[in-house]
Formats: sequence, structure tokens, C-alpha cells
Amino acid sequence: MSIATRTAFGEELLALGKEQTNVVALDADLRGSTKTGAFAKAFPERAFNVGISEQDLVATAAGLAVAGKKAFACSFATFLTGRAYDQIRTSVAVSEKAVVLVGTHAGILTGEDGATHQSLEDIGLMRALPNMVVLHPADAEETKACVRYAAACEHPVYLRLGRANVPIVYEAGTKFEIGKVKKITDGNDITIFATGPLVASAIAAAKLMEDDKIGVKVVDVTCISPLDIDGVLREIVDAKLVVTAEDHSINNGLGSAIAEVMAEHGAPAKLHRIGMRRFGESGSTGDLYHKYGFDAEGVEASLRKFWDERK
Amino acid sequence: MNANLPHLAAQVRIDALKMIFAAQSGHPGSSFSTVEILATLFFGGFLKFDPKNPHWDGRDYFIMSKGHGCPALYAVLGELGYFSKDEFFNLRQVDSLLQGHPETFIPGVEIASGPLGQGMSVSNGIALGLKIDGKPNKVFSLHGDGELQEGNIWEAAMTAAKYKIDNYVAIVDHNTLQIDGTCEEIKSLGDIAAKFRAFDWETIEIDGHDFAQIEGALTQAIAVVGKPVCIVAHTVKGKGVSFMENQVSWHGVAPNETEFEAAMKELTDQFDRTK
Repeated sequence: MSIATRTAFGEELLALGKEQTNVVALDADLRGSTKTGAFAKAFPERAFNVGISEQDLVATAAGLAVAGKKAFACSFATFLTGRAYDQIRTSVAVSEKAVVLVGTHAGILTGEDGATHQSLEDIGLMRALPNMVVLHPADAEETKACVRYAAACEHPVYLRLGRANVPIVYEAGTKFEIGKVKKITDGNDITIFATGPLVASAIAAAKLMEDDKIGVKVVDVTCISPLDIDGVLREIVDAKLVVTAEDHSINNGLGSAIAEVMAEHGAPAKLHRIGMRRFGESGSTGDLYHKYGFDAEGVEASLRKFWDERK
Repeated sequence: MNANLPHLAAQVRIDALKMIFAAQSGHPGSSFSTVEILATLFFGGFLKFDPKNPHWDGRDYFIMSKGHGCPALYAVLGELGYFSKDEFFNLRQVDSLLQGHPETFIPGVEIASGPLGQGMSVSNGIALGLKIDGKPNKVFSLHGDGELQEGNIWEAAMTAAKYKIDNYVAIVDHNTLQIDGTCEEIKSLGDIAAKFRAFDWETIEIDGHDFAQIEGALTQAIAVVGKPVCIVAHTVKGKGVSFMENQVSWHGVAPNETEFEAAMKELTDQFDRTK
């Protein structure tokens, strides 16, 4: 079974809206895509569609925060974090307004729309802001926990979501500690830190390697900033090799964040980064994940290659 | 309105000039064109606020969208007791309260500004929030005319019209000058009021240094129902200091000692005359 994280977001936002009257949602003509439609239908007086104007979207959300509202400003990740970066930086981050920025259609998971619509730089843009909490859930259940975490957070939050369905990783009712890394499988040879849809691929890859006695520890990094440094160091103590995996540029995303921690703490293991090294392109999500090595077989092939090359 | 607004305006200009001189950095021309507008809003009874409780939820909201004019705003806030006037002399210095551009840790500042064009959207957001809560409070914002070259302004202008945001008044400090020259030569704004009317706003045009006209416009603007209102205030950059008036070069430079003395003499005369 698989569900898109944006779909889970829409459901949880509706539930949150029923419980908390200070929750408002803003869109920039992409309500159908960001899945805020159900919230807007249930609470029309708390839902605003500012049209195709992302700068206005973000700064208006900041104003609603000034007036005491918990504002969710939603658009495609690339329009939101790219087009409105200065509004995010000035009116939200520098201003310490606890707005929740929801960027859907992150990564090549976006599929057919192609490079212009596949956000591969947003994690880097957002984690450069000192007080921005950057969340990238692996599946529907974790997305719901992130929505709750964001709603209660006193800092600005960037919630990175995807268009296409992704496999269920966590059972309903799973307890999450958002902000901490989460070990999913045990293994003493390779530690792979994965985020978003790559978590499911990493888990599947680890299974495929069980027979060859290569122990792969899969760690879900949901909160990329601030990063759980102690957790990262703990999970690489015995690792002979460390790998990161993300549907994002290898620059400034999870791979860079892990590299910084390892370098600053003198971690002895070698690090490899799985991610994008170019802009994306059109194609089905399945074809793109296969071509760029983001599906289970692709991650497995990378891990085996890194393992074989380790000496 | 019992306050002696001309006298308070002279005081604000003196304090703004002193802090910019002490900092040897800041925007005197852009501060001075705003002074009568700020004085009327804050000292003239148009804004409800509590300097001892800046986040009082019964307050009205003021957004200084042209953040570089903040020395005038700081002078007003200091006069009202939001913070000690001693802070004036640390403007733009390391570890100071009063930053080069407004920040939210400064009592009385609602949102960071400086990067232009965002304050109208922010104001819309506050106004929409107040409407959700059924609160009677108002929002006022102050913009530069050059700032209207930012696309975000016109995005916000459409949003304000769409949601019939009538608990918000935008004021344009139309001093006709920007950093690189006149607005006309850099990128003409044309007829600002006509542009806002085309965006389905009510507009009022006034002399932005005439207290009676400012009070009249604010009173009229607050009464408008069903539409946002833009007050286009015709102003003089550097107003109050003869050699700074209408001079692009005084947009963002501090006076030297000789210039400071000369400016202080003129402003002190205005202060004494209006007692």
C-alpha cells in the first residue's frame, strides 16, 4: 500500500483544523495539488487563496502569524522556497514568525512535469536559515506526526512533501520523536541515512542484501535541521561505511548535513552520497527513480558498489 | 487630538538626526519625509497601543514597510516609552537594540523589514486575522514610493481587493526620490493613486506634511467599508533640513559634524517655534 505524503498532509490539516480554531491555510492557486481543499471546504473563513503569487502567499502568512494564527502556507516546493525566498527569510525567519511552509512536489518524485517543477535545492535553501526547522517525512504516518509537530512548534517550519504515492514505512499508531533520527533496521557494516521517499528504498535495499551478510543499518532522518547530531554520531559508531540517500541535490541537503557532522567530529568512516547531481527531467516517477538509482534496486546497487570499493 | 504634533514632529526629527549622526550611518532623507505621518498616527490618537505591553492584543498594528526609514520610527517609539531614549545612541552598533533595519525584538516592531515590498502582504495577513477574530482593530502600513516598483506590492494589492480588506490603510510616502535618482528616471511610477484605483482600492491624495490633511485622510480612510484604502502622501525627502530637502544624495548618508550642527540649528528652531 502506498500514499502520497501530500495526501496525508491534507487529511491531517483537516483534523487539526477541527481541533484548533487558530489554524489557517493559504494557497497560491494550487489548492488541488497541495491537498488543502478539504480544509478550505470545511473552514472557508480560515482558508485563503491569494492566486499565483508566492511572495504574497508567504508574507501574508507571516501577517496572520503576527495576528496570532498558526498559518500553513502551501505551494509547490520550488515556487515556495525559490520564488518567495526573501519573504521567507525576512518576514518569517528573521522576524521569528512560526509559520509552517508546506512545499509539495519535492524531488524528481514529481515526475512528468520535469526539471522546472522538481525541487532539488529546497532543503539547502531552508536549512541555511538559522531558526528554520526542516522536516522531510518518509511516509503518510510520519507526515501526520510532522503536521502535529509543526503546529506546536514555536519556530518557523519547512515541511517537504511529495506528489506521488510512496510506500508505507510505519504502522498506524507508531510513536515518533520528531527531531531525533530513527533507526529502522540493524546492521554493523553500512549505515545509510535516508530521508523522504528514499527511506522505503533503503529499507528494501537492506533486505535485498541480507543474504550476502552485509549488515545495513537504515536510519530515517526526518528532521534535517536542526540535525540530531548525537543521534547521527551514535548510529555510525560501528559503521565501516556511511551512505546518505535523498531525492534532492547532493549539495546542501541531507548528504551535506551528515558530511558536516562527520568531518567536525572526526568520524573515521568513508561517506558516499546518493542524490541528484543535475537538474531532473520528465518521466514517470517509477522510470525516474529507476534511472537515477533511487528505487530499491538502485540503492542496493549503489551500496554494493560502495562496499566493494571501500578498500 | 490634543498633542502638539508640530512640536513632537520637530522632536522626532532631532532624535532621528542625533541617532544617525552618532551611528555615522543611516537614512536621514528617507526618515524625514515620514515624520508628520508617523507623528499623526502615534501621537494623534489614530493608533491604540501600550508601550509597556507591546504585544497587547487590543492594539492596532503599524508596519514600517520602508524599513530604512526606521530612525524616525525609533524616535517615535522612544518618545512613547517603548524603550529608553538612551538606545538612540547605539543605533546600528554591535549588541544594540536598535538595528539598522527594524527587527521584531525591538519593542513596537511587528515584523522585520528593509527588503522592500513585503509590508502590504504582512498587513493584509494581520487584517485578515483580525477579521477572523471579529476584532475592531486596524492595520496601517507605510511604504516608500520607490518600493512600489516591487512586484510583491501589486500581488498584495490584488489580495487586499479580493478580500475587501477594509480594516487596513496603506500610506505611500511619495517623496519622488530613490537611491539611484528620481523615481521618474529610474522607473516611473506614473499616477500612483490611479494605479491603486485600477486595483479596486479607494485612494486619497494629500500633502504628507500637513497635519490637518493627514488627520482628515486617516479619518476618512478608516470609515471606508468594503475596500482597502491607499493614502498617497506627497512628501519632501529630507523635509525639515533645508540642505537635505529634495536631495537624492541624502537618502542614506550620515551628516558630518558641520552638517550636523547646521541641521540641528534648523531643527532646534522648529522645535522652539512650535512650543
